[in-house]
Amino acid sequence: MTMHSVNGVPRLEARNLSVHYGEKLVLKNITAQIHAHSVTALIGPSGCGKSTFLRLFNRMNDYIEGFKKEGEVLIDGADIYHKSTKIEELRKTVGMVFQKPNPFPKSIFENVAYGLRIRGVNDKNILGETVERSLKQAALWDEVKDDLKKSALALSGGQQQRLCIARALAVEPSVILMDEPASALDPISTSKIEDLIYQLKSKYTILLVTHNMHQAGRVSDKTGFFYLGDLIEFGDTEQIFTNPKQKQTENYISGRFG
Amino acid sequence: MTSFQSELTQLRGSILEMMQLTKHQLEKSKEAFLNMDTALSREVIFNEARINAMELSIDRQCENIFALFNPVATDLRFVIAMMKMNSDLERIGDYASGLAGYVLKMKEPFKNEILEAVRMEEMFEIAITMVTEVMEGFRDEDDQMTRRVFQKDEGLNKINSSCAKVISELILKNPEITHNALFLFSATKKLERVGDHIKNIAEDIIFYREAEVLKHRK
Repeated sequence: MTMHSVNGVPRLEARNLSVHYGEKLVLKNITAQIHAHSVTALIGPSGCGKSTFLRLFNRMNDYIEGFKKEGEVLIDGADIYHKSTKIEELRKTVGMVFQKPNPFPKSIFENVAYGLRIRGVNDKNILGETVERSLKQAALWDEVKDDLKKSALALSGGQQQRLCIARALAVEPSVILMDEPASALDPISTSKIEDLIYQLKSKYTILLVTHNMHQAGRVSDKTGFFYLGDLIEFGDTEQIFTNPKQKQTENYISGRFG
Repeated sequence: MTSFQSELTQLRGSILEMMQLTKHQLEKSKEAFLNMDTALSREVIFNEARINAMELSIDRQCENIFALFNPVATDLRFVIAMMKMNSDLERIGDYASGLAGYVLKMKEPFKNEILEAVRMEEMFEIAITMVTEVMEGFRDEDDQMTRRVFQKDEGLNKINSSCAKVISELILKNPEITHNALFLFSATKKLERVGDHIKNIAEDIIFYREAEVLKHRK
């Protein structure tokens, strides 16, 4: 068994996992284990299946037409596609941050409090504490603490993305999925998000899709390279970027692809 | 070819040129040393500046590649290796020029009996063959050729370690040659160091080609 697992059980696991969208096979027999308190970067050219893989862990693919899955997707050893799994509960455990920041057209405070409110939490103290804690964790508190009632839409792109991270953290997930969280941001905001990812990993398990090779190198512990639905190589980020075992991985990360 | 590829190709070309230049310096240094040729010695010392300038230019090339292209995997190992080889080649250039400098400092020719006793010509020849092999191994991506230098370096070390005994015996027999013999003793040390630097270069080539670290392995 590997490090960082609870009683030897990986936090996230795919076992012989294949996914079809209609006739199209988009993931081919993937087996991978992701351990708690780590950042795993998923890299590969567009259409390689990495986002599909990411979204399996909060069942966001379920509504895609023709979606069909074989094999197992497990969180803490439990199959999240089992009929007893409640999707609302799953999404409480697994937070998600998207490529483009998508704040609700509400105040900064209400954006972060949203997840708690829809769960029926209305206690002002709890809401206030959670909002403050989440904004602090997302490294946004100092910038917005005097403007919590202002519209979230007035924030900059980088601030909006950190707000979305705060919103995801407010419901205390244990896993955070990030689909190119910094691709629409300038280098300063990108660096803030990367610092944040680094800090968050002590509490969360993070799965990150990125097209930025160097971002993968900077923030992740493990890297998986997907190509045409295959997981070509999965290993320590340091090894992938200094001495990849597969020629395809080397060609991709060094920009010699195709 | 992408601009990144062309930068890497240029860097490879610069290192090959540096290797060629270093080899010429060693060859001339040998001729100058064994024949007490002061004119040739001056030429070697003069050319040292070219090697130094080239070292700076290669360092700059590497720095630019790191900054602009963020190389990874084999490319990263290649640029790291070129940087380290660059510095080893410059040191070999220093030794070649230092050896040539002895010719100018000597007040009388080196005595043949001492040159033969410390196997000076043989040491020069081994060192020059090593540079040639490491250069050809690098140029032709022939790792077998590159690896040949490891054994040759051991040969150089062996000759060098016997020099102290040989020279002290000669001095005891004939104290008048002390000055002459001490210069030669230093010269053998320099050639032994040349061998070490060539070995480093070979290790760097193997590191970039095979991702295998040979340094400090017993």
